[in-house]
Amino acid sequence: MGFQPVKFYQTGTFTVGNRLLAPMDRSVQAGQTRSNSINSGHRACQGCGEALGARYAIDAAMAESNNQLIAVNATGCLEVFSTPYPESSWQVPWIHSLFGNAPAVATGVAAAMKVKGKTDVRVVAQGGDGSTTDIGFGCLSGMFERNDDVLYICYDNEAYMNTGVQRSSATPPAARTATTMPVGPEPGNVFGQGKNLPEIAMAHGIPYVATATVADLRDLEYKVRKAMKMHGARYIHLFVPCPLGWGTASSDTILMARLAKESGMFPVFEAEHGEVTGVLKIRRQVPVEEYMKPQKRFAHLFGTHARPDMVARIQAIADRNIRKYGLLEDEGN
Amino acid sequence: MLKQTEGSKAVAEAISLCRPEVICAYPISPQTHIVEALGEMVKAGRLTPCEFINVESEFAAMSVAIGASAAGARAYTATASQGLLFMAEAVYNASGLGLPIVMTVANRAIGAPINIWNDHSDSLSQRDSGWMQLFAETNQEAVDLHIQAFRLAEELSMPIMVCMDGFILTHAFERVDIPSQQQVDAYLPPFEPRQVLDPAEPVSIGAMVGPEAFMEVRYLAHAKQMQAIERIPQLAAEFKQAFGRDSGGLIRTYCTEDAETIIIAMGSVLGTIKDTVDEMRLEGHKIGVLGIISYRPFPLAQVRAALINSKRFLVLEKSLAVGMGGIVATDVRMAVTGTGLKGFTAIAGLGGRPITKASLHKLFREAEGEALPPVTFLDLDWEAVNKQLERERQTRRSGPVAENILHDKGIVSAKFG
Repeated sequence: MGFQPVKFYQTGTFTVGNRLLAPMDRSVQAGQTRSNSINSGHRACQGCGEALGARYAIDAAMAESNNQLIAVNATGCLEVFSTPYPESSWQVPWIHSLFGNAPAVATGVAAAMKVKGKTDVRVVAQGGDGSTTDIGFGCLSGMFERNDDVLYICYDNEAYMNTGVQRSSATPPAARTATTMPVGPEPGNVFGQGKNLPEIAMAHGIPYVATATVADLRDLEYKVRKAMKMHGARYIHLFVPCPLGWGTASSDTILMARLAKESGMFPVFEAEHGEVTGVLKIRRQVPVEEYMKPQKRFAHLFGTHARPDMVARIQAIADRNIRKYGLLEDEGN
Repeated sequence: MLKQTEGSKAVAEAISLCRPEVICAYPISPQTHIVEALGEMVKAGRLTPCEFINVESEFAAMSVAIGASAAGARAYTATASQGLLFMAEAVYNASGLGLPIVMTVANRAIGAPINIWNDHSDSLSQRDSGWMQLFAETNQEAVDLHIQAFRLAEELSMPIMVCMDGFILTHAFERVDIPSQQQVDAYLPPFEPRQVLDPAEPVSIGAMVGPEAFMEVRYLAHAKQMQAIERIPQLAAEFKQAFGRDSGGLIRTYCTEDAETIIIAMGSVLGTIKDTVDEMRLEGHKIGVLGIISYRPFPLAQVRAALINSKRFLVLEKSLAVGMGGIVATDVRMAVTGTGLKGFTAIAGLGGRPITKASLHKLFREAEGEALPPVTFLDLDWEAVNKQLERERQTRRSGPVAENILHDKGIVSAKFG
């Protein structure tokens, strides 16, 4: 049984608003006891999807763990914007070691808690898509395979934003990055490359894998809280648009995340022990163009030198996602 | 308790007596027997409470140790050679964060060419990592240094490598006195961290630091090692009082009082050197030995004092600063700046090349006669080297170097037909 969105009868929307809900149904963010784990005053860009996502995710993890949480952070935007010494935003015990080792450091923290009998203290590790899908992939796979008691959250903005928008193995085809420039006969990132980390995580057979976007923050809170109720290795892949790296308006972060989901470019689902147990259906399907057009990283596919052929290939990827995960109401489960 | 045992097993028992709480294991020769033995102890419930984690790489091993140590657990791992290089980024990180991890390095050569045998290239490559490095001469000393290492590391909140020669020590069976749990408990108090990840008192560890504080942090790492120069002899003295053995310290001298020539080395080769010196002493040579136990911190004043009354010294080292010469020799020369002592360097035993008494007799006599070049490569096969150099002059596509030399020596054939 997946997350059940609450429809507000007055508006018929899926917004995060809480005033109309019973206190027990309200979001962690709306609660008076929210932990503000990442305090205000950090240096994230305006409209940063990662800052928003991390705030919701870590506060939800704090709520579920009764504030007994230790966070491990990979190098990246989140680490840099939250901690220039001595202005740490973190209200939780927090450690940053390296770019590629956050899952292993988290394993060490969890082992220390276990050996000391502090079974109530829980461990979250987090990193961007670069550290998760590329440089820290070995450590992540090791942590999964050993089923270490860690929730790992990947904040996926589809490139190395902290170093200036270079391609990662989570960068979509055709996207412009500093290392996949929109030049030559096949502009932007190449087709047929990249990894699907949620599916790789599922292949490890770990207790819980979920994807989420910052467009559905109630869904994110639900998934974090669900993950925190479990033990063993758990993985949440959170889609966090990056206004700077994508060339989108900072006011469009939520919109971009919603269009990624509604176009089928980013399937939102959850899985237990390698089996998909629920998907967030597409409510109003949109063509990928609607998602891509507002993003400057795809600008070379539209306009005077338009590449409808490449847009069609991306639409085919979205269509495949929709089929594979049964993302439309009338398809599959 | 006296035991006839393998060096690795003895070290594993010593580690167990130190009550490590998290052990990360990744196999690499010649270190593997240590973590194998510890794994068995944990699995059998003889070492408890302890988490034994089979990780996926040395990089992960050090990273797990970092997490465990930052969360307040006594953390241990062991590695060698390529493994140490693979974890290098995390090695620097552990010391930068000031985490008192203890790691055994079963010293082994670094490839290419791949080589599993002993020299000191691996740990010396991490010379400037901020880790202390203590070199064991015997398996007894390896056992004792680990016990002292946990105490020193935790006192200073800085990590330590205990270095023991791969195979020569790790795989040698000899008599070792394994202390009792009571003895070790009395010497080594429980780990009281200076910083710890604790929900009751949240701290941020490993935050971004700019130019305004970075130099101070680095200097403090240096200051800690300078403190260690004071503490290492004190801890060795305390150890002697508690365990009845001379083990550890900064340096160890042998027959240096009246020595005109002093041979300087680290690790197990000191045994062969002392045997050679004994024989030369019987023949009336005024020769002595200076063993360096603490490579980092490097005891400049103590080395200088040990050499000051001699006439010349020879650093015999199992390491090579390619393009320069000796690594240890550079430090020793720094120690004797302005003394006018004549110094020589011998690079020996790389990749496990045997260091024989016969070769040492010849080398030491040449050192006495000051008939050595500044850098000597002990028992280097010049014929093989010159043949390869000639081949490279003659042929552009001269082929893989190591395979050519093996082929020339007729040991194995890298070519078919």
